[in-house]
Amino acid sequence: MKMADITDDILSASDDDESQVVTAAEVLLKIESLWRTERLSPTLECHQSELVDCMLDQITQMNNNLRRCKKTDLRLAIHRMELERVRYVVASYLRCRLLKIERFTHYLLEKHGELDDPSLALLSPQELDYAKSYAQSIESHFNKLVLRHITHEKLAEFDAKKMSVVPNMNGYVFLKVLKDSPGVLISDQVGENADEEVDLVAGDQHLMMYSSIQELLKSGHVELI
Amino acid sequence: MLGDKAFSLIQELDRSQHGTLPPFNEDAVRQALEEIDSLFQQNVADINHLAEDDALVAGIHLRHAALERNKRCLLAYLYNRLERLRTMRWQLGSVLPSDVRTNLCEPELEWFAQYSSTVARYMRSLGDGQGLDLTVDLKPPKNLYIEVRCLQDYGEFELEEGEVVLLSKDSTHFLPMEHCQHLIRQGVLQHVK
Repeated sequence: MKMADITDDILSASDDDESQVVTAAEVLLKIESLWRTERLSPTLECHQSELVDCMLDQITQMNNNLRRCKKTDLRLAIHRMELERVRYVVASYLRCRLLKIERFTHYLLEKHGELDDPSLALLSPQELDYAKSYAQSIESHFNKLVLRHITHEKLAEFDAKKMSVVPNMNGYVFLKVLKDSPGVLISDQVGENADEEVDLVAGDQHLMMYSSIQELLKSGHVELI
Repeated sequence: MLGDKAFSLIQELDRSQHGTLPPFNEDAVRQALEEIDSLFQQNVADINHLAEDDALVAGIHLRHAALERNKRCLLAYLYNRLERLRTMRWQLGSVLPSDVRTNLCEPELEWFAQYSSTVARYMRSLGDGQGLDLTVDLKPPKNLYIEVRCLQDYGEFELEEGEVVLLSKDSTHFLPMEHCQHLIRQGVLQHVK
């Protein structure tokens, strides 16, 4: 039995809220694909805190359901194990995001501030809080130990633009095409003006620069593998 | 030589064993800061004489570059130490072992406390305020229960269902993994393969 089947089995049992259109198993599949993407992408992807919250809610519900089961039931152990696995996926996904948030703090805070549309926000409110607090703690640490001992004002500033780490958008990623997407522009990095266009056919697998497929990834035309 | 002190800090950190933290080198940091200061004073003096002698420009540029480099090295030293501390927060929890604490300077201890509370606040806020401990399973779970050996007399340990296990030295137990992971990291239990 596949992992998704078991989860479907145990999770759909608890999912009696009829107004919800997506089933728990679909949410899990989505989270698994988000998890993969987040781990493979060189930069931070948009946050999906609704999905994560929904999944965490399901886990708690299932745990409560399991508590009512008889202890000797063989299925109990299998269900528990499955829940642990789901929990791991969610936790690992969130950890991976935190790692990127810490590494690219200043870059992400700046990008986040530029966006007007809240549905495209990179950071969830909690993550924003985390990033701000992290950036502040690092800067005050720098200030305490080094910067305030430098007498000249201009030199004693922490210039985030000059010193902070930014993600490498030109890094290469492996990807699989889900929907046909003709005419993807691959810009020429060498400067010989040799921009190329390729047609991506569903089912193909490629190794391409992240920056050229970033939009396709957002719209779900390709997935990272 | 210009910038040597600051660079030696980077070397020191780079050569130390990965995952450990050498003592905070306050002397070298102070010397690098003094160098920045003296370079700056020399530059100020030269700038005042610039009108009389154009040849001073090259020296000013050189000193300024050295000064920027010193600053950069110092900040890199601080930042990379914090990164190692950060890894320890995730692996060892919010209480640092005493051998690590002795190697830290006061601001680093403050930073660690602040970082710890930031992480804890974030974990509490997850899942509509239910909270999710992200530090429990750093590796994918393979089994629900694992065999552990107790390395020290810990006393009674209560499991989620209310069962109580007596953890005495050299006893082995078969416990749910999620509950004993923290004890393993604290060094109370050892995972027996």
